[in-house]
Amino acid sequence: MLDVVNLRHTYGEGPKAHQALGGIDLKVSEGELVCVVGPSGAGKSTLLRSIAGLIKPTEGHIRIRDTEITDTPGDLAVVFQDYSRSLFPWMTVEENVALPLRRRGQDRKARRAAAGEALNAVGLAGATGKYPWELSGGMQQRVAIARAIAYRPSLMLMDEPFGSVDAQTREDLEDLVLQVRKDHRMTILLITHDIDESVYLGDRVVVLSKAPARVAGELPVNLPFPRDQIATRELPAFVHLRAEVGRLVRGKEHPAAPATEEENLADAEDTSRSGERPAAG
Amino acid sequence: MTVTTAPENVKGDAATPRTPGNRWHSLTAVLTRVWLVPVAIVAWELGTRQAESFYFPPPSAIVIRMHELWFSGPASDLFLTEEAIENFGPSLGRLFTGWILACLIGITLGIALGRSATLYDYVNPIVEFARATPPPALIPLFVILFKIGTPMQLATIVYTVVWPILINTVDGARFLDGTYADTAKVFGLTRAQRFFRIILPSAAPKIFAGMRVSLSIAVILMVVSELVGSIDGIGYLILFKQQSFDLPGMWGGVVLLGILGYVLNASFILVERRVLSWHRRARQTT
Ligand SMILES: Nc1ncnc2c1ncn2[C@@H]1O[C@H](COP(=O)(O)OP(=O)(O)O)[C@@H](O)[C@H]1O
Ligand SMILES: [Mg+2]
Repeated sequence: MLDVVNLRHTYGEGPKAHQALGGIDLKVSEGELVCVVGPSGAGKSTLLRSIAGLIKPTEGHIRIRDTEITDTPGDLAVVFQDYSRSLFPWMTVEENVALPLRRRGQDRKARRAAAGEALNAVGLAGATGKYPWELSGGMQQRVAIARAIAYRPSLMLMDEPFGSVDAQTREDLEDLVLQVRKDHRMTILLITHDIDESVYLGDRVVVLSKAPARVAGELPVNLPFPRDQIATRELPAFVHLRAEVGRLVRGKEHPAAPATEEENLADAEDTSRSGERPAAG
Repeated sequence: MTVTTAPENVKGDAATPRTPGNRWHSLTAVLTRVWLVPVAIVAWELGTRQAESFYFPPPSAIVIRMHELWFSGPASDLFLTEEAIENFGPSLGRLFTGWILACLIGITLGIALGRSATLYDYVNPIVEFARATPPPALIPLFVILFKIGTPMQLATIVYTVVWPILINTVDGARFLDGTYADTAKVFGLTRAQRFFRIILPSAAPKIFAGMRVSLSIAVILMVVSELVGSIDGIGYLILFKQQSFDLPGMWGGVVLLGILGYVLNASFILVERRVLSWHRRARQTT
C-alpha cells in the first residue's frame, strides 16, 4: 500500500543545514495500522509531511499503491496534532467535516449526510451546528477524525493526534481509532512519541532513531483484538513489547536473555509506566 | 467637529459583550460615558447665546435651520425637502460607490499580493510609493483626467480609500496559519474553496479593520472633492451656504456630516460584529 524507500530530508543549506531524515525505509500493507515512535525532534513529522506531500523530500521515493507520489495524494487524510488550528473556527463542525467532500463530487445534501454519519461515528451527533471553539480539545480532535473518516481516504496519517489531551480523553480517542479502523477498513500510519500508545494501537511498531532519523527497528504486535485499556495493558506480552520498544527508542542493545528480562519488567510494570513517556514535543 | 472622532467611542462600546444578564450593567456603562455630550451641547448653547456672534449661531438655531432646509418635506419623501434629496443622494452615492469599488479592488489585489511572494516583491515598492503620495495632491490630475463631477470625485475617493484596505488585506493574507494551509492542501480544496472558505475568512478580521478606517476616510474625501469642484452634494451645500451668508445652514451641513460619519461607523461595526462573531467568540474561549 505505502512504500517509502531511502527517504532523506535536509532542512536548509550550508553550515546551518539540518538532516532530519537519514534514509528511511518503510512499508505499510493494506489495512494495517502502523505506529511510528521516536524521540522528540527525531523527524517523525518530517516523515509524515513528506508522505502527505506537504514538503518535498531531498531524496528517496514514496509510492502509494505503486504510484510515485510527487504531490499530495488524492485519497489521503491527515489528523494533525494541533487540532485547534486544523479546524477552521469560522465554520461549524458540520461545515468543517463536509468541506473536503465537495471534491468528491457529492452534492450538498450528500455532503451533509456524509458529515452527519461521520460525526455520529465519533460520538458527536449533537455537535453538528456548533463551532469548533465551543468544544473541548478531545471533542475537537474527534471532529478532525470525523473529517478524515468522511473523506474516505485509503490512507490516514495521524501526527501525534493525542499529544495534547488529558489521559482519560486520550484513552477514549485511542479506542475510537481502533473502532474506526475496524469499521472503515482504513490503512493508518500513526505517529507518536508515546511507547505505550504505539504498542496498544499498532499491528506493528516502527522505531525511529534520533536525528538524522533511520529505522532503528520494528516489532510486530501480536496482541489479541479487541484491545482493552486495562486488560491489554496488563498482558505480559504487552509489557514485554513495551520494554522492547523502549530499548529501541533509547538505542540500547537487545538483552542477552529475554526471558528473565521479561519477568523483571513485569514486576516493574506499574512504576515504569508513566516514566516511559518522554515530554511532548 | 470632525468625522473621525466617532470610531473610538463606538469601538469601545463594541468590545463589551452583550448578554441579557449584563444589559443593565452596559446601560449604566453607556450613560457614564455619554453624559458629557448633553453637557457639552448645553454649554455650547449658552456660550453662543452669550456671545451673539454671527459666525457661531447657537445649536438650537442650527437644528431649526436644518429642519427648515432639509427635513420639512412631504411624508412621501421621508420628510426630505427637494434640496436634501438633490444633494444627499449624490453625496451618499459617491461615498458608497467609491468605498465599494475600493473594497473590491483592495481585497482582490491584496489577496493576490499576499498569496504570491513574487508578486509581492515586485509590486510592494510601488504600493509603498503610491501610498506615500498625499491623495489631495492628485486632485488636479484627476480633474483633467476625469473632468469635474462624479467621475473625478470617485477617482479621488477610490484612490485614497483603497490603501488601508489593500495593506490590511495583504497583511491578513500573507500570514495564513501554516496548519490552515496544510489542511487545505491535504484535503484537496479547490481554488475557489481556498479563496472563499479559507483565505478570505482568515484574513477577514484584518480586512474589516481596513474597511472601517476606509469608510471614515471616504466621508472626508467625499466632502473634500465636493468642496473643490461640484454642483451638488453635502460639501457643495456647506460652501454654498457660506457664500450666501447662511451661517446656521452652513453649520447644519457640518453637523450633518458628523452625524453621517457616526452613523456609518456604528452601522459598520454592527455588521462587522455579526460577520466576525466567530472571531470574537473564538478568541474569548481560547
Ligand atoms: N521547517 C523546518 N526548517 C528547519 N528545520 C526544521 C523544520 N521543521 C523541522 N525542523 C527540524 O527537523 C527536526 C525534526 O523535526 P520534526 O520532524 O518536527 O520532529 P518530530 O516530529 O519527530 O518531533 C527538528 O530538529 C526540527 O527542529
Ligand atoms: Mg512532530
